[in-house]
Amino acid sequence: MTRRFRRPRRQPGELETEVLAALWGEGRPMTATEVQESVDTELAYTTVVTILTRLHDKGSLTRAKQGRSFAYAPVEDEAGLAARRMRTLLDTQPNRAQVLARFVSNLSATDERTLKSLLRDAGQE
Amino acid sequence: MDGVVIPLLLPLAAWPLTRLAAGAPPRLAVWLLTSAAVTLASASTAALAVLTVAGLSLLPPVAQFGEWSPQDLRGMDIASVPWEIVSGAVLGLVLVSTGISVQRKHRWLRGVMRTIASTAESTELVVLADAPPVAFAVPFHGGRIVVSQAMLAALTPGERCALLTHERAHLRHRHHVFLILVSLAASLNLLLWPLRSAVAFQVERWADEVTCARVGDRRLVASAVGKAALAARTTGAPLALAATGGSVPRRVAALLDTRPRRPGWRFATVTGAMLAIAITAWSAQASVEAAADLHTRIEAASLSHHHAHRSDGVIGERPDAQAATRAHLQ
Repeated sequence: MTRRFRRPRRQPGELETEVLAALWGEGRPMTATEVQESVDTELAYTTVVTILTRLHDKGSLTRAKQGRSFAYAPVEDEAGLAARRMRTLLDTQPNRAQVLARFVSNLSATDERTLKSLLRDAGQE
Repeated sequence: MDGVVIPLLLPLAAWPLTRLAAGAPPRLAVWLLTSAAVTLASASTAALAVLTVAGLSLLPPVAQFGEWSPQDLRGMDIASVPWEIVSGAVLGLVLVSTGISVQRKHRWLRGVMRTIASTAESTELVVLADAPPVAFAVPFHGGRIVVSQAMLAALTPGERCALLTHERAHLRHRHHVFLILVSLAASLNLLLWPLRSAVAFQVERWADEVTCARVGDRRLVASAVGKAALAARTTGAPLALAATGGSVPRRVAALLDTRPRRPGWRFATVTGAMLAIAITAWSAQASVEAAADLHTRIEAASLSHHHAHRSDGVIGERPDAQAATRAHLQ
């Protein structure tokens, strides 16, 4: 099931974000072509390579030779450390929703049922 | 007395606003609710301050310092001692608790920012490996988006794009300013609490709508929100958040609803706006009037105090001083 959606126009920093998000989300090393497919097929291949190189230079990505091209993967050490600290912080502030806008809030059992049926109905249309 | 109580209780009249604003476009609802909350909180704090000052003005040392007579003030209707003791105590409590909550949030945010800085990367995105599925925007230092790997893994590429666009909308439209203002207002007057959660919900709706406009696929945004919520649920996050009750299903329903807005929304929005303006104007006017009234009374009491003393000859230096000046000039 592939959906047609419009990729919003982005600034260079935003493209970096999308590339990084794709690599973390897929959870496996990816070549520039694979990243291009995941992020945006209309994006120029050279742009993807430039971004991957820049992220590698910054130390956010590692790369390994795979055939004739490089396969890129995110660097986990710093992210792991940040995650541990952030986890403690998120646990110590029960009212964090007041301070930061979070993508989703918690669900009650009723919410969960409602949500599942909403998504199911949407899928059937 | 009666006039001063108006700003303290008017926030109750703002409760229907949360209902009326529910049908309005989110951006308008956020502005309406936040400005109402801020005005009402300022007016009610001012009213508490007026009552407290009125109470203090009756104390002999204060009266002596300000040179007015407490006897003259005692007769005025604003000065009813039990009320003033209560409002003084409430004002103190409110200010202390607001101070504590501001300080606590500030410290927590500083911790979040320090953690982000420790990742030492100049990227907009901060990924948390090995953390429960969360996603939020941190509005400081140029704006960062914090997402856990678990959240990214739960979504398709398109949904990921929707999530990032949503978080960017929070940053671009400065949603944190509204959240901070309304939460400050709610801690100054507890009756404003329902407005706080209404704003928190409408801010999410606003970002959802911005995302739809940019991505052009409402169903994609709906499934991103829905899947993210289901992913976050499996990890037993703190119970306190469950109190926000049903906001995700309402957001998803709003995103999937392709029908035009309910016929009454325009009427409801206009009514809501008028109600908000009426309530806030009344509240502000009542507290300003009470303050002006108190000022006049104190002025009057102070004048009669001077007269009394002058006739007693206690403050009698003035004519002497004038005579001395005249003598000096000659």
